[in-house]
Amino acid sequence: MAAQLQPLDISRAPEGGEVGAVQSGWRLALREFTSNRLALIGFAMLLFFVLFSWVGPIFYHTDQTTTNLTLANVAPSGSHLLGTDTNGFDELGRMMKGGQAALEIGAFAALVAIVLGALIGSIAGLAGGLIDGFLMRITDVFLSVPLLFVVLIMAVRFGATVLSLSLLIGTFSWQVPARLVRGEVLTLRERDFVLAARTAGSSRTRLIWRHLLPNAFGVVIVNVTFQMVDAILLVSYVGFLGFGLHFPNVDWGDQLSGSIQYLEDGYWWQIFPVGACIVLTVMALNFIGDALRDAMDVRLRRR
Amino acid sequence: MLSYLLRRLITSLIVVFGVSIGIFLLLHSVYPTPARNVLGLRATQLDVNVWNKQHGYDDPVITQYLRYVGNVLRGNLGFSYVENQSVWDLLKERTPRSVWLSGISLVLAVAIAIPLGIFQAVKRNTIGDNVATSLAFITYSMPSFFLGLILIQVFAFSFPILGFEASQSNNIFVIMGDWKDMTLPVATLTLVSVAAYSRYMRSASMDVLAQDYIKVARAKGLPERLVMGRHLVRNASLPMVTLIGLSLPLLLAGNLITESLFNYPGLGLLFFESLQKVDYPVLLAYTLAGAVLVVIGNLIADIALTVADPRIRLA
Repeated sequence: MAAQLQPLDISRAPEGGEVGAVQSGWRLALREFTSNRLALIGFAMLLFFVLFSWVGPIFYHTDQTTTNLTLANVAPSGSHLLGTDTNGFDELGRMMKGGQAALEIGAFAALVAIVLGALIGSIAGLAGGLIDGFLMRITDVFLSVPLLFVVLIMAVRFGATVLSLSLLIGTFSWQVPARLVRGEVLTLRERDFVLAARTAGSSRTRLIWRHLLPNAFGVVIVNVTFQMVDAILLVSYVGFLGFGLHFPNVDWGDQLSGSIQYLEDGYWWQIFPVGACIVLTVMALNFIGDALRDAMDVRLRRR
Repeated sequence: MLSYLLRRLITSLIVVFGVSIGIFLLLHSVYPTPARNVLGLRATQLDVNVWNKQHGYDDPVITQYLRYVGNVLRGNLGFSYVENQSVWDLLKERTPRSVWLSGISLVLAVAIAIPLGIFQAVKRNTIGDNVATSLAFITYSMPSFFLGLILIQVFAFSFPILGFEASQSNNIFVIMGDWKDMTLPVATLTLVSVAAYSRYMRSASMDVLAQDYIKVARAKGLPERLVMGRHLVRNASLPMVTLIGLSLPLLLAGNLITESLFNYPGLGLLFFESLQKVDYPVLLAYTLAGAVLVVIGNLIADIALTVADPRIRLA
C-alpha cells in the first residue's frame, strides 16, 4: 500500500526521483509566510494593537469627553497609568482611541486605493492600446501630485474626519496598485487559461472578476500592507501639523502636535508612548508586508 | 538614446500640463477667490462679487487657468494678499535656507548610506549587520518628527549640547556655520533618508555580490578591496541614482515637517503658515512647484539611470 504522499520537499530529494503531492502556490506561500518569524511577530503586534484600541477601553475606562483642568499634565500614577494631557484626559485612553482612528483610516484608505487601482489596472491591462495609454498617462499625472500638500489643503478646507481622510488618501494612492495589477494582467492574459475562458465564451467582466483578479491577488495583498503603512504615517504627519482629527476624536499625530512644548516642560509621557505606538504599528505592518512579498516570490517561483 | 530622451521630455511636459490643470482645478474648487482675505470676513457677497470681477476671479475656470499659466511663464506667480508681497518674493526669500537644509542632508545621507549598505551586505548576518538593519528598520518605520523629538530630548534637554530651535538668521552663511542650532534639523532629515537608502543599498549590494562577475573577479585573484571598490560600489550604486531623483520632491515635503518642528523659516514653514492663514496664491504656487519637482525628479532619475547603466542604453 502506498504511503501517504508527503508534500514535495527539495531537501529530501534534490535530484528528484521521489513522488510528492502537488502543492498549490498558495499553500507554499502560506507556509513561507508562517515560517517567517518576523511576520509572525508583526502579526502578533498588529493583533495587539487591534485589541488595544477596541478591547482596551472596555477594561480601562477613561473619560474622553469632559475636560478636567485640575488633573492636567499629571505624571504617570496609579489612577492614570500614563499620565494626563493638557486637557486632563487620560493619556492611555487617548492612545487607545487614537489607535482606533489610525487603524480605521489605514485600512479604509488602503481599501479605497486597492479597489480603484485594481479596477483601473485591470481595465488598462485588458483593453490595451489607446485606452491603456490614456489611463497610464492619468496614472502618471496622479503620481506627480504631492500627496501631503493636497491632503493638508483639503483637511484645512473640509475638516478632518476618519471618512474624509481615508477617502482623500485612497483617491490619491491608487496609482501604484493600478500599475501592479496592470502588469499582472498583461502577464496573465497571455496564459492558457485566459485563452480557454475566452474560447468558452466568457465575457470581459467575467474574465476580470473570476480569473484575472484572483491571480493578481498576491501582488495586491502585498501592496495593501504598504498602503496602510503610508496612510498611517501620512495621517500622523497631518495630525502633527495640527490639521488632524480634533476633539472629541483623537488621532495619534494630533496628540503629538504640541510636542516641543511638552518636551520643554518635561512631560515625556505625553510624547514617547504615543510615538512608540505609531512606530510599533508601522513596524508590524512592515514586517508583514516584507514577509508577504517574500511569500509571493515563492509562489511565483512555483508557477 | 536621443530619441528616448526626447520622448521622455515630451511625456514629462504632458504630465506637467495635466498635473497643473488638476491642481489648479482642485484648489480653485476649494478656494475660489482670495476676496475674503482682502475684504475681511464681514464683507458682503456684493463686495466680494465686485472684487472678483475687478480682479478676474469670476471668469470661467479655463480663462483663469490660462491666465495663470501665462503669468507663471512670465515669472509672475501671483500676489499674496495676506503677506502683501508677490509670491515670487516670498519664495525667493526662503529658498536658500530650504535648499541648504535639504542639500546638506541629501549629500550626507548618500555619503553615509552607500558605505553602510555595502557594509551590511558584505558582513551579512553578523552582529554589525543585524544591529544596523534593525536600527534602519526602526528609523524607517518612524514618522520623521518623532525621530526629531527623540533627538531633541537626548541632545538638547537631557544633555544640553545642541539647540532645539534652528537658526533664525537671515544670512545663509551664518546658518551654514551655526552647527549648534542646525545639527539637529540636519541630523533628523539625514537619518530618515539614510534609513530608506541603506535598505535599498543593502539589497542591491547583496544582489551584486551574488553575480557571476564578482566570482570571476575573485577567481582572477583581484584583491578584495578592488572587488569592492571597482565592481561592487559602482554596480550597487545604480538604484541610488533613481532614489536620489525620486527623493527630490520628498525633500520639499520632508522639509515641511522638519521645518515646523525646529521652527526653521524655510519654504516648508511658509506653506504651513499659508495653510493657517488660508493664503491661496502661495498654496497654489507651492503645490504646483511640488508637482513640477516630482516630474523633474522622475525625469532626472530616468535620464541619470540611462546614462549610468549601459545595459539600459543599449537595450
